[in-house]
Amino acid sequence: MRIPELQPKGDAPVLVDAGDVPPPIAPKSPRAITWARRKRSFLRVWAVYRSNKMGMWGLYILAFFIAVAVFAPLIASKEGLDPTCACTGTPFSPPSLHFPFGTDNFGRSVLTLTIWGSRISLVVGLVATLISIVIGSLIGIIAGYRGGWSETALMRLTDWFLVIPFLPLAIVLVSVLGRSLAVIIIVIGVTSWPSTARVVRAQVLSVKTRPYVERSRALGAGSWHLIGRHILPNVGPLIFANTIILIAIAILSESALAFLGLGDPLSISWGTVLEFAFGAGAAGAGQWWWLVPPGLAIVFVVLAFTMCGFALDEILNPKLRER
Amino acid sequence: MGTRKYLLGKILQALLTLVFVLFFNFFLFRVIPGDPAALLLRGSAAFNPQNLAQATQDLGLDKPLPTQFVVYVKDTLTLNFGQSFYLRGQPVSSVIGNKIWPTVLLVGTSTIASTIIGLIIGIYGGWKHGSTFDVTSLGFTLFAYAMPEFWFGIIILMMFAGGVGIFPSLFPTGGYETPAAGLTGFSHAVDVLNHMALPFFVLTVAYLGEYAIIMRNSLIDILGDDFIVTARAKGLREKEILWRHSVPNALLPTMTVTLLSLGFVFSGAITIEYVFSWPGLGWLTVQAIDNKDFPLLQGLFLLFSAAVIIANLVADVLYSYLDPRVRAA
Repeated sequence: MRIPELQPKGDAPVLVDAGDVPPPIAPKSPRAITWARRKRSFLRVWAVYRSNKMGMWGLYILAFFIAVAVFAPLIASKEGLDPTCACTGTPFSPPSLHFPFGTDNFGRSVLTLTIWGSRISLVVGLVATLISIVIGSLIGIIAGYRGGWSETALMRLTDWFLVIPFLPLAIVLVSVLGRSLAVIIIVIGVTSWPSTARVVRAQVLSVKTRPYVERSRALGAGSWHLIGRHILPNVGPLIFANTIILIAIAILSESALAFLGLGDPLSISWGTVLEFAFGAGAAGAGQWWWLVPPGLAIVFVVLAFTMCGFALDEILNPKLRER
Repeated sequence: MGTRKYLLGKILQALLTLVFVLFFNFFLFRVIPGDPAALLLRGSAAFNPQNLAQATQDLGLDKPLPTQFVVYVKDTLTLNFGQSFYLRGQPVSSVIGNKIWPTVLLVGTSTIASTIIGLIIGIYGGWKHGSTFDVTSLGFTLFAYAMPEFWFGIIILMMFAGGVGIFPSLFPTGGYETPAAGLTGFSHAVDVLNHMALPFFVLTVAYLGEYAIIMRNSLIDILGDDFIVTARAKGLREKEILWRHSVPNALLPTMTVTLLSLGFVFSGAITIEYVFSWPGLGWLTVQAIDNKDFPLLQGLFLLFSAAVIIANLVADVLYSYLDPRVRAA
């Protein structure tokens, strides 16, 4: 395709075509330009990220666990979770060729439990974080953008949630609302948003006063336009880096709640496997194969999310980049 | 802003947060599934309609909500949290009171130990940052952070209980003291410390990473400051630069974290106390969960929250004295 050139001479720059047939070139829409710019900046961040060893290792570990969770039915049959399944072995047997991680008190394969547990643990982590990010971003943006009494009220609420000890609050809420997966997800989501709200508000405050936002406002842009087009795209990357670290915290929280007996009795997560094992006296009996795999799974997933989060933070946070 | 105004603002803020906790606690108790009066009488021989009506009246559940709230606030201020469901007839305040000391002993000592060890690791890591020691300690810190502390506790428990490999069963793995041994005085103290060894170790390791990393980062920050360059230019000894110029300044952020963590002296070891059957507030919390003992849970939550709120206030006030710049902010 021929590229039209700007003619340098003349009164006004006119688009001229170098060829015989003038091809109708539609000017790129602002949206397309924006997306092209976003794609470029994403690729730039990715290029920096790829050179970050810690971040890449985190990504590899995560990819492994996500693959395990997604393909769980292909790796281990779901029937293996049923204590009455014919596929169960002798209870409490140590690792063997047939049961690489040994068996639990029902003779179920600990490997199967760990594989299927990854689904619940990851889903709780992801959905709870999604909830907390939505709440945190909304409150942060409204507080930062509107200012005034709504900012005072919202930040007071944020401070309150920030001060209240997380685990006791979650314990009380789950005890009162009942033990189901939905309740656990909501409770973790609803109690872990304040840090996001603070970060977002601070960023909104700094973006709000930048000249291009003021210019846009002077041109008559409304609140929705300003927030959607100018503020959110600038706050987005920061929210993303924050999200990654929050997922790690949510997974740890779920495991602690499940271990305290507040998990969903109908679904198996790494935390509930540990609770069963501890409740059945696996520690006293030295049944390490029942305790180590789910615990190490938590450690690796949390480590991976944290490593990715640190790496992203280093790239997106200009203060840290210079060091 | 004047100091007095700053302090007043902080105190007001803390009080407001406490009131918020009271509201929350009050309404939570009203939405629990099932009738509290029925729960109170559950399983006892006295379960009949007449007693149920009596219990409802005793709990004040027949009065309108605003009245109930006033009664609730009055009760809370006089430390009357009602009766425990599962320890029938015992007031919540005394049930909680009995368990405070073991928790404070365990969490208090391990907080102090982890602060000291964490500071030392952080100082050496930050001073020689990039060194093998620094990288190793950072890796360890990251790993300790990613580890659910209760899982670490279980693994330690297993090693010492079962005697895996080279680890013999050196320490008792559960409880506060040897039951029915009738020990007193010094031998009793030794017995308690012996029981405390494992949970103390687990908590110390679980906490120290945070202190190490904060100390390290703030020391690295300070070492880049101009006055350190000046000190170097004056030809001061390295030791002097580290201990007289850098460390005292870098201590400030770490101090705040230590003060804030004092707020968790009651609630910081819930899972660990459960793992090692350490009869403190965390263990009591698990009992309350298992037995659906809502009044007990409510009392514990109030205590846990109040401790954190007060620690926050103390940290704010102390910090404003140590670093007057924050008052201006």
